[in-house]
Amino acid sequence: MRQSSWFFFGITAEAIVLSLLLLHAASSENAQQSSLAQKAALVKNLRLTDLCLFTEARYTRHLSQADLNTAFQDHPLSLEHFPSGSFTQPNLPNEAP
Amino acid sequence: MNSWIEKQRYIIDFTISSLLRRKVKNIGLLALYTLIVFILASTMFFTYSIKKEARLILQGSPEIVVQKIVAGRHDLFPVAYIDDIKGIRGVADVEPRLWGYYYDSLVQANYTVMVPSRQIANSPSDARTTVVIDPNDPHAADVNKPMYEYDGAAPEAGTIVIGNGVARMREIGVGDYMPFMAADGEIMNLKVVGTLSAESELVSSDLMLLNDEDYRKLFGIDKQLVTDVVVSVKNPSEISTVASKIKKKLHDSRPIIRDEILRTYDSIFNWRGGMMIVVFSAAVLAFVIFAWDKASGLSAGERREIGILKAVGWETSDVIQMKFWEGTVVSLTAYFSGVILAYIHVFFTGSAVFEPALKGWSALYPNFALTPFVNAEQLTTLFFLTVVPYTVATIVPTWRAATIDPDSAMRHTGE
Repeated sequence: MRQSSWFFFGITAEAIVLSLLLLHAASSENAQQSSLAQKAALVKNLRLTDLCLFTEARYTRHLSQADLNTAFQDHPLSLEHFPSGSFTQPNLPNEAP
Repeated sequence: MNSWIEKQRYIIDFTISSLLRRKVKNIGLLALYTLIVFILASTMFFTYSIKKEARLILQGSPEIVVQKIVAGRHDLFPVAYIDDIKGIRGVADVEPRLWGYYYDSLVQANYTVMVPSRQIANSPSDARTTVVIDPNDPHAADVNKPMYEYDGAAPEAGTIVIGNGVARMREIGVGDYMPFMAADGEIMNLKVVGTLSAESELVSSDLMLLNDEDYRKLFGIDKQLVTDVVVSVKNPSEISTVASKIKKKLHDSRPIIRDEILRTYDSIFNWRGGMMIVVFSAAVLAFVIFAWDKASGLSAGERREIGILKAVGWETSDVIQMKFWEGTVVSLTAYFSGVILAYIHVFFTGSAVFEPALKGWSALYPNFALTPFVNAEQLTTLFFLTVVPYTVATIVPTWRAATIDPDSAMRHTGE
């Protein structure tokens, strides 16, 4: 087979795999609606405010409820030392006064 | 048209043969390029999906949470403040929340301990099957009953409902007892009567639900204090106004509105975040080196090759087409491979590469499968960020080399 045929064959195969993955994404999105609804109901019923992503420190567990002086919670010159703190940024400016 | 296609195919044949002549260099280039696309695509898929999922799930979070602040820190909220808030025009309801953290020294993990509020969801499907109840427990109802059959009274005294992450880490289940050291030093043995479902781990992995009295005994909190309060507002457009009224009335309070909660998760994994910028800059830097290598000129061998091609009758446009196909072959292959691998990585392996960094020092990390939210916009952005610049960077120096005289191109081989 010619080199160009191999190339087009490879690219087409990859494009087909990518299309199948996109189909998988679309179908999973629909299939997971009930799971999302269940999580949303749990949030509503328990009055939850945050995702349980980082449990290492209280201000990373409840990012939206954290003190505004989070970075200095241990002492005034304390630097951020929890790894997950580097993924997140401080709570956005409070619109409510 | 057919002749044009055939010509392009011959050029591609020649290009691939030329690439294969420098096999090691080009396979290395392809592997590194794929890795860059993989990192960028994985980050993009992961952050977009988690943001979208957070937005969908947290839509039902409280309209306003009011904390008490003392010396810049979150403090316990006096129950007496509740009536002050209820007196504000526009407030529909004020509900106290009792929650806090318990550090389990046995497994070195932090749990979120919470007293459930009364149930809101009316739809039975929303409220059902979230708690798996022990069928042997005489007090437990069947699994088809709503999530809290106690309807606001929370678990009975001496019992707890635990999140699936806690159950997994402590290897306990329904019917087992969990010991806690109360604030007064007394050991409290609480019986597990239910576990929250595995599907809800993203919000409930570390949760522990217990009743009001057990909570107060565990933490030694007086009846006159709660952790914070949740305020519901009659007119959703007045949330901000009500929050400002609360702040005016209670100077030591900090109202947090739902929009802020949602925005917090919109900005999570923001590109400015420390770790993200490290990941991005490494990828971008590597890509810039590629582009620089290509754009800064051709090697002596490549220049001579162009000279020979022109001498045997290739036109400048043919040479440029050859280089265009060279860039396309490498970048398209890297793009498709990188995106496919990134999708498998994020949505099938649970972001295994990111996991160690995401876990940090957490002893308790939720097992969750992200809903794959992928759209054409993400793929297009990625395409223009990777394929287009590389292809252009390949063509520009070629155009310079292809326009010079073939004789001088072949002679100046030593530079």
